[in-house]
Amino acid sequence: MNWLYIAWKNLGAKKLQTALSLILLAFGVGMVSLLMLSEKQLRDTFERNIQDIDLVLGAKGSPLQLILANVYHVDAPTGNIRLADAEKVIRHPYIAEGIPLAYGDNYRGFRIVGSTLAYPQHYDATLQSGEWWKLPFEVVVGSKVAATDGLQVGDTFFSAHGLQDETDVHTDKTFVVVGIMEESHSVMDQLILCNIETIWQVHGDEGDVLDADREITAVLLKKRNPLAVLTIPNVIRETNMQVALPSIEINRLTQNFGIGMNTLRMIAGLIMLLSFASIFISVYDSLLARRYELALMRTMGASPRGLYVSLLLEGGLLSLGGAILGLLLSRGGMVLLAQLVADKFRYDWESLGLLTAEGALVGLAIFVGLVAAAIPGISALRMDISRTLSDSP
Amino acid sequence: MIETSHLSFRYSADSPELTFPDLSCPNGEQMLLLGDSGCGKTTLLHLLCGILRPNQGKVRINGQDLGVLTGKNLDRFRGKHVGLVFQRSHFVQSLSVLENLALPYFLTGQAADLDHAQSLLDALGVGHKAKSRPQDLSVGEQQRASIARALVHRPAVLLADEPTSALDDRSTQAVLNLLEEQAAQAGATLVIVTHDQRLKDRYDRKVELKSLAIPTS
Repeated sequence: MNWLYIAWKNLGAKKLQTALSLILLAFGVGMVSLLMLSEKQLRDTFERNIQDIDLVLGAKGSPLQLILANVYHVDAPTGNIRLADAEKVIRHPYIAEGIPLAYGDNYRGFRIVGSTLAYPQHYDATLQSGEWWKLPFEVVVGSKVAATDGLQVGDTFFSAHGLQDETDVHTDKTFVVVGIMEESHSVMDQLILCNIETIWQVHGDEGDVLDADREITAVLLKKRNPLAVLTIPNVIRETNMQVALPSIEINRLTQNFGIGMNTLRMIAGLIMLLSFASIFISVYDSLLARRYELALMRTMGASPRGLYVSLLLEGGLLSLGGAILGLLLSRGGMVLLAQLVADKFRYDWESLGLLTAEGALVGLAIFVGLVAAAIPGISALRMDISRTLSDSP
Repeated sequence: MIETSHLSFRYSADSPELTFPDLSCPNGEQMLLLGDSGCGKTTLLHLLCGILRPNQGKVRINGQDLGVLTGKNLDRFRGKHVGLVFQRSHFVQSLSVLENLALPYFLTGQAADLDHAQSLLDALGVGHKAKSRPQDLSVGEQQRASIARALVHRPAVLLADEPTSALDDRSTQAVLNLLEEQAAQAGATLVIVTHDQRLKDRYDRKVELKSLAIPTS
């Protein structure tokens, strides 16, 4: 027997009130933690995929669309650009490296992207089996692609025109899987990679097109000189091309998200506040309903401090339990959200570990829970045992 | 052994002073404190166990002057040496009957002797209710369980507050027998505080409290 046991039993004796406090706190903590997790995942995912791509070169249009399409592969591209024009930019002295991208086909919703080996290298992607592509129509698939479609080295498939559906299948050209990449938690996991010639050949180019007329979709650029950001737009002024800065576009995007996040955060804060009111009422109720019991325990040798501790423990147990339930709830929500979003956004949201901020959240919840219990508990310290015993029925 | 000397008490500065005759009851003996409603019986009971402090005079239990004990020490001393039986039985409702019997041990910092608690419940005929919630017992069972709880940790003094006032003659005899037997077995001094005149002739050692000449509320 100890105070913790007595507090535990008391909570168990008023199940409805206890459940209400737990549910409210679990939802409050769960929502705040879910927001923290999803914000972090979103930021991580964006940042991991930007790596050190400084500029994206592509056809004129929405700069945000250009970034979303070519860095994250979640939007349609803005159009095609001429390889010859793009190469002028790549060779510009202020540019360190350019990774060309060409795409327009998919296999079961996964994009087939033609590029150079510099593309997977940029994301530190490694192979879990097979080898990198050498010839046209040899493809290396991302881990998510391989897992979803059960692809293995040596398998073949047809591509479909477009980036989403499978209505227009190119049955004349067969792709061969030559390698499967290790999971890298980047956009690589969701792509099917091959060389650029493959993309050209799928679309009827049998090598008779002049080099000058060949087109690609975009180029990921790394700058050598910071002035590139100012200079390159001038270089491409006469063309149909534009450059966009991933960091700026993504900042703009997350700021727009931010308004919604703040509203959700306020609602979550409000729910937490309600849950603390509920803990306050629960402990206060304990005190009123059990006044006589508390006096009785005093006659049996309990000190006021002991009774106070038992009431604090009730508040502490409630807030600890609510906080833990909340964290579990947010993990469950995250798994659910990841499944909903994985299809649309093609990103894996994993890592459900405890964030530092969540540790602080739990600490705060327990602290406020204790305070919510401490305030009504003061009257247990001041109780007049003689009067309480005499007034009892 | 419980004894008082020159005991007086007032609830507040402008309320009348209650004075009490000196009492003394040696170890293992039994004493009756008889008085009408409003004569300060409950006040005296609370003074005897240290829930209230007298304005003047002393209460000694086994030679210990309660007046020199303060705070936690007084709570501990009361818990250890005084068992209380109330007119209506009260328990910690969320704990089982047996756990309620473990409370006097826990609250005075002693290791609980659950075997002794169980055998006491058995002896009082409520052993089969040890695991039940107190509110699931009948009123009679509750009273027997509360006697067990008051004696389980072998206090020096058993104070019973109106143990019989709501009972018929037959039950009154039964409860008194029970109290006397159990107190004797535990070696505790039994002090019964009551207005129940039926008990008057049962005890040699008795003190009649004077009714106060003031209107009671």
